[in-house]
Amino acid sequence: MYRSKAHGRWLFIGIAAAALAIATPAAADWALDFPASATELGNKVRGLHHLALIICVVIGIIVFGVLGYSLVKFRKSQGAQAAKFSHSTKAEIVWTVIPVLILVGLAIPTARVLIEMEDTQAADLRIKVTGYQWKWRYEYLDHGISFFSNIDDASNAASILGAGLELHEHYLRDVDKPMVVPVGKKVKLQLTSNDVIHAWWVPEFYVKRDAVPGTINETWFKAEKTGTYRGQCAELCGRGHGFMPIVVEVMEQDEYDAWVAGLTAPAEPEALEEPEAAVSQIAPAAAGGASSR
Amino acid sequence: MADTKSDYFVPHGSPWPIVASVSMFVMALGGALWLNGSDAGRTVLLLGLAGLTFMMFGWLGTVIRENIAGLYSGWVDRSFRQGMAWFIFSEVMFFFGFFGALFYARVLAVPWLGGDGIGEATNSLLWSGFESEWPTNGPGEIGGDAEGGFQTIGWSGLPLLNTALLLTSSVTITIAHHALKNNNRRLLNIGTLLTIVLGAVFLYVQAFEYVHAYQDLDLRLSTGIYGSTFFMLTGFHGAHVTLGVIMLVVTYIRILRGHFTPNEHFGFQAVSWYWHFVDVVWVCLFIFVYVL
Amino acid sequence: MSDTTHEEHHDGPHASGMWRWLTTTNHKDIGTLYLVFSLIMFLVGGTMALIIRTELFQPGLQLVDPHFFNQMTTMHALVMIFGALMPAFVGLANWQIPLMVGAPDMALPRMNNWSFWILPPAFLLLLGTLFMPGGAPAGGWTLYPPLILQTGDAFPFVVFSLHMLGASSILGAINIIVTITNMRAPGMGFMKMPLFVWTWLITAYLLIGAMPVLAGAITMLLTDRYFDTSFFLAAGGGDPVMFQHIFWFFGHPEVYILILPAFGIISQVIPTFSRKPLFGYVSMVIATSAIAFLSYVVWAHHMFTVGMPAAGMLFFMITTMFIAVPTGVKIFNWLATMWRGSISFETPMLFAVAFVILFTIGGFSGLMLALVPADIEYHDTYFVVAHFHYVLVPGAIFGVIAGVYYWLPKWTGHMYNETLGKWHFWLSTIFVNILFFPQHFLGLASMPRRIPDYSVQFTEFNMISTVGAFGFGLSQLLFVWMLVKCVKGGEKASTEVWDDPQGLEWTVPSPAPYHTFETAPKV
Ligand code: HEA
Ligand code: HEA
Ligand code: CUA
Ligand SMILES: [Cu+2]
Repeated sequence: MYRSKAHGRWLFIGIAAAALAIATPAAADWALDFPASATELGNKVRGLHHLALIICVVIGIIVFGVLGYSLVKFRKSQGAQAAKFSHSTKAEIVWTVIPVLILVGLAIPTARVLIEMEDTQAADLRIKVTGYQWKWRYEYLDHGISFFSNIDDASNAASILGAGLELHEHYLRDVDKPMVVPVGKKVKLQLTSNDVIHAWWVPEFYVKRDAVPGTINETWFKAEKTGTYRGQCAELCGRGHGFMPIVVEVMEQDEYDAWVAGLTAPAEPEALEEPEAAVSQIAPAAAGGASSR
Repeated sequence: MADTKSDYFVPHGSPWPIVASVSMFVMALGGALWLNGSDAGRTVLLLGLAGLTFMMFGWLGTVIRENIAGLYSGWVDRSFRQGMAWFIFSEVMFFFGFFGALFYARVLAVPWLGGDGIGEATNSLLWSGFESEWPTNGPGEIGGDAEGGFQTIGWSGLPLLNTALLLTSSVTITIAHHALKNNNRRLLNIGTLLTIVLGAVFLYVQAFEYVHAYQDLDLRLSTGIYGSTFFMLTGFHGAHVTLGVIMLVVTYIRILRGHFTPNEHFGFQAVSWYWHFVDVVWVCLFIFVYVL
Repeated sequence: MSDTTHEEHHDGPHASGMWRWLTTTNHKDIGTLYLVFSLIMFLVGGTMALIIRTELFQPGLQLVDPHFFNQMTTMHALVMIFGALMPAFVGLANWQIPLMVGAPDMALPRMNNWSFWILPPAFLLLLGTLFMPGGAPAGGWTLYPPLILQTGDAFPFVVFSLHMLGASSILGAINIIVTITNMRAPGMGFMKMPLFVWTWLITAYLLIGAMPVLAGAITMLLTDRYFDTSFFLAAGGGDPVMFQHIFWFFGHPEVYILILPAFGIISQVIPTFSRKPLFGYVSMVIATSAIAFLSYVVWAHHMFTVGMPAAGMLFFMITTMFIAVPTGVKIFNWLATMWRGSISFETPMLFAVAFVILFTIGGFSGLMLALVPADIEYHDTYFVVAHFHYVLVPGAIFGVIAGVYYWLPKWTGHMYNETLGKWHFWLSTIFVNILFFPQHFLGLASMPRRIPDYSVQFTEFNMISTVGAFGFGLSQLLFVWMLVKCVKGGEKASTEVWDDPQGLEWTVPSPAPYHTFETAPKV
């Protein structure tokens, strides 16, 4: 794992040295790898990524090594004489079979993680997530809580063409009302959309799922640590696609309970705001495209 | 202008392809304007169509003249044959896309909406009460009558007759083909004519059926996924039959003029292949759209 | 220097001026038309890429409105794929296949002209949408509904333009298949055909199989929008995801359409400059066929986040992974061809070597993308953008460039300027990596694709990438200059051009006369 990272860095430095000199040496964030995972499953995914990367780097070193050797050793300018051979069944079998074995070895652990990932059973909490052009709506079906989550005002103001405003640290990755979940609980998301396809993605949870109009997609995560996790819509959804961030606050259970209580008791009217009927949600959206003439 | 050295005929310059391209452009332009609600659209579209028709006569006329002048060897003929075969294959793939949509909808999309498989939450949260069934116009009951209902066309009536018509026409065209090979011009003549008549009757029945569906059954192109797949598949098939009939008519005129010989009749063969293709598509349609 | 064989037969074009180019049925003329058109489209699509990269130079919106940015992304891809890369390959096929199989021309010369002349009007329609109310399509080149249905007046223009491009490809593919199966010189058996011919034969099958399906998909989009069908509307019993299945059933074979001819070119270039026959000819043919076959059963690897049964994901993951095996066979065969050869580094060879390395890097990231759990994190990030540009730019585009340098002397009768070629190579290769390698890191750090603006932590790598883009783009001007110089003049090229290259194209004089092989050569 460590080695692959070092290799990536080395390669990068070699190739980009020239550009580095030109680019502004701002407060650099040279992230070269997947973010640290906030979920156990995420760690496994990250492990798979590293495994695949190592395999590729090793094969790459061999392949490029042989290539480099040939290019140096068999140069015409050094008087190399061309051999005449043009096939070798033995060699061809070897380099067909070995990759097959490698791939099988890679597929097995991957399949295991996949199966675990797709198991949405036995969730502790269910949240219905609906994508809108361009905001998210979270409905806590078990608590009757429902609210929209919009991009924060500061980002919104700064993102206007030519605004030239100061960009804050979480520019485009901050919202007015984050999703809130308890730590260590399996949270099941039920995703859908009001108009076009969106995708709900929080990188540190290693969860990304499309929100498709007329369909509920399910996925889950179980955050291991409290904190604030940021992501954004990951499926092109029109002009505001870059501007529909996702923020999840992971809290201790008691804090979470307090949050729920605070929302359910006084803010009754907003909390119980009825979602529109499913049919009328979908049909006009699709007609929207068709209605132009 | 024939090449003296090679017995493969290579034409030198032809105005027809560029006429074809310009006509296609005009058609596309007209069609797009029309869909955008412009009044000029339809005129432009028709203009393009006229250009395309003109091109067809010009291009095919040239080919026929060259053929009669004996410029084509069997070698050129083979190119034409293979070209036609691959063209038909591309048409097969075109229909494959629409059949794919039908299968996907029936086997996956609609059952999921009804709560099967991965669709459990979809059904309970968005479409509760919707049961997976076929035919359907979806949980939103799109199109259909005032209550969202519609009826379908049973397979045993006119569709069965149409199947019989097309299958028979496949036989008649084969008879005509054999007659051509045996230089029996009379039988060739009759066989081709019969095929045309059968195709035309098929089209008439199909049109009748469409009117019936629209007026009496509340089954339209806009009747949810059933109407969409039904009319797109049968509609594109019908369009191909129409084209086939036109091609047959042209072929018939050529037969009357004494074209085609027992050994060289690519034009006839191409049309007959095309006709068989249209036939096979119908059989698939009959099974998957009407019967099952 | 055997200028004798065909010299006496001065049968030039019959018409002149514009009319000649509009009506020509000559495969060399048409090949030239395709190649020139492709180069223009490459510059147009590249200019769009530069607009994208300029906006992404730093966070905050400085240059374009987000909607226009999305139009640029969409049009950049459509122009590059359908305007630059595919026509470039067809142009090379037109020039080379008749020469390589010893045919007097393409099998269906009039249709050949038609295939080409569909392209300019189709692109007129497509590029014209940039000036329409609501602008050009902005839903990505993948045209997913419902988003694409929100396109303004441009919508039907896009659909019809794609129909025309599809028709052009199908006609072109039919012509190529028929030429290869029916026009080979006596003795040119299937297993004697040069690999470029083989890869094009298989590509043509992919085209005929895939393009009509795209035509069907966009037709359904059209009727969903204008005639109230419900193919992609859940309320009517359809499914937006169904479009993605149909699209990628076309789309994945399409990406191999974009690479197989390049494999063919590399398989011509490497043996020539290694002075050694291609290693593993038979396994090359089998591997190419295997890739083509597999390409029809992997499509849903573009859709791992749409919500599919797990069994489906597993199936598509495994089939996808196995494409690495035949592709690996090709890479290893090229290595074995160079092994114990006598290698020299003319410009085509330089590009071919860079192809082998950089395509492999792109293939590796492809393999990583195939792993479903990891792809769920990579999907729709710049990691994917890095993957496909590695296989498309230093992959497919380098393949085309290698082919152009390799055959240019045969076409023009002049040697290109080797110094210019070497500069072009080194600048391109260095800058293309500066351009695309950092995008891997952007993706891993979770920068989504198709966004006009990003949060501040992505700044540095974006800046580097943009610098690389301008460097790479400007380097291509060297290529244009080299081409102009080579067409205008330069050292005369011999018949063989290179050291004892294999193939019939090297038996006709340089430049290749207007008509070749009117009497079939002996193989
Ligand atoms: C020329 C075009 C081209 C080519 C050749 C490829 C080749 C491959 N691609 Fe790529 N791909 C694209 C063009 C291409 N791709 C495009 C355009 C997209 C994005 C479309 C969009 O969304 O807009 C895409 C997206 C894409 C995705 C979807 C990503 C996502 O959106 O989440 C995936 C996932 O599986 C994938 C996989 C692969 C694989 C496994 C290969 C394999 O063929 C690669 C095989 C090669 C090698 C592996 C290297 C050489 C092999 C060896 C040296 C042998 C030994 C190696 C091993 C055993 C590891 N590609
Ligand atoms: C063959 C295909 C191909 C090729 C060659 C390229 C080439 C390039 N591509 Fe692109 N690209 C795609 C296919 C291709 N791309 C696809 C399929 C997508 C996905 C789209 C989608 O998401 O829907 C994409 C998306 C894409 C993105 C992501 C956009 C987004 O997600 O929002 C970016 C960003 O950097 C990019 C950049 C580039 C660059 C810098 C080049 C460079 O290599 C270009 C270099 C060439 C030039 C710069 C031209 C040089 C000319 C001049 C400098 C002179 C100009 C003069 C005149 C016009 C007279 N491409
Ligand atoms: Cu919502 Cu992208
Ligand atoms: Cu793919």
